Amino acid sequence: MNNTSYTFAYLDEQTKREIRRALLKGLAIPGHQVPFASREMPLARGWGTGGMQVTAAVIGRNDVLKVIDQGADDTTNAVSIRQFFSRVAGVRTTTRTEEATLIQTRHRIPETPLRPGQIMVYQVPQPEPLWRLEPSRAETRRLHALAEYGLMHVKLYEDIAQHGRITLAYDYPVLVHGRYVMAPSPIPAFDNPKLHRSPAIHLFGAGREKRIYAVPPYTDVISLAFEDHPFRPWKAEAACALCGSTESYLDEILIDDRGTRRYICSDTDWCERRRTGGKTA
Amino acid sequence: MLTSGFADPIHDAQAAFRALLEAMARPGTIVSLPPCDPPPPLPQAAAAILLTLCDRDTPLWLDGPFATRAVGEWLRFHTASPLVSNPADASFAFACADSAPFDALAPGTDEAPERSATLVLLVEGFRSGRPLRLAGPGIESETVLSVDGVPNAFLGWRARNLALYPRGVDVLLITRTEAIALPRTTVVQEV
Repeated sequence: MNNTSYTFAYLDEQTKREIRRALLKGLAIPGHQVPFASREMPLARGWGTGGMQVTAAVIGRNDVLKVIDQGADDTTNAVSIRQFFSRVAGVRTTTRTEEATLIQTRHRIPETPLRPGQIMVYQVPQPEPLWRLEPSRAETRRLHALAEYGLMHVKLYEDIAQHGRITLAYDYPVLVHGRYVMAPSPIPAFDNPKLHRSPAIHLFGAGREKRIYAVPPYTDVISLAFEDHPFRPWKAEAACALCGSTESYLDEILIDDRGTRRYICSDTDWCERRRTGGKTA
Repeated sequence: MLTSGFADPIHDAQAAFRALLEAMARPGTIVSLPPCDPPPPLPQAAAAILLTLCDRDTPLWLDGPFATRAVGEWLRFHTASPLVSNPADASFAFACADSAPFDALAPGTDEAPERSATLVLLVEGFRSGRPLRLAGPGIESETVLSVDGVPNAFLGWRARNLALYPRGVDVLLITRTEAIALPRTTVVQEV
């Protein structure tokens, strides 16, 4: 139950309406960044306030919320945001991907395939895919309006010319519905293919930068590449030290002070379920 | 006498928004909206959309039959939205099928295509009538939708609207209590 005197889901109704209108326009124009007012939240900008505002505008009493930070349900940011919504909205929370109706994420898409009826909410630090290439927002708006993405292709080409391959490992730019180049948020490039024609709804919130954007289900999301240099997402050539998975995205961890390394699944729910044979721990 | 809005303003608005989100994400999906008690002839679905999405920041255009004194008073109390007489100034336009001002609505600009109107269009029903084939984002391959009471000008206008992409007007077709979304990306063709 909601045990605080805050309004349901913290935000006032006027703010929710504005975010809701932005979300609907975002779904109607896949990949286009819609400006929104972006309120103060009870944590600093840059800590997921965009994702939290989207979650607060979307969440209802019957939702089951999962929050992950780099794939993990048990890190500080994930635990705090989960507790926040269980206090201000009284919703049920879970760590199991398939039980959740709403998944707020910082920088991963779960390994367990998403299904219709699920909504992903991404915390986005930098919504503008062209920001390292063109500092002026007035100019990037114009480039998006003209679908002029030559700068991005030159950047990828220069990567190949200098390093022999495209060196972006995360926040790898995608073309959405054949029109807008979009920042998928700093998810690993490994996760990009999960956005392509996904059955779930994907909502992106950038609180500090005051932008909302969205990818509807079954929408083309293509990672930028060249014919002779196709998209090749990077992943550690190893198996998870805990569950043995070779198909999931792995984190590299140091386990002692002599530099011994191990790889473990970044998605803690996936890893735990594999170890317990699908049963809840 | 002023009639009420949602019985539970916060949770009914949330439920209505989730229905509209689902509708907009999956064009052609029929969603039902929570009940409320608007003055006639405003349909409940239109009122639910107004209560959920409209406020003083959203200029409204109302088609002749909806623009009664009672509806105006209800709107002033529940949404405080300004009413405009030129459809081009509206962010939400509520129209009856035959008299919708299709080409007059704002399609947004190239740099801000989100500054476009949403057309809420009252039709007769979704279970029979003219079959339409839908394709585009949100639809796995294609879906066929029957709409009773689609105006003749609708399909021609949708084709012109699609050509404006990413500019364009988004449509919510409504009956008394249900809605279907046709965002600007949806290709609508006769079967």
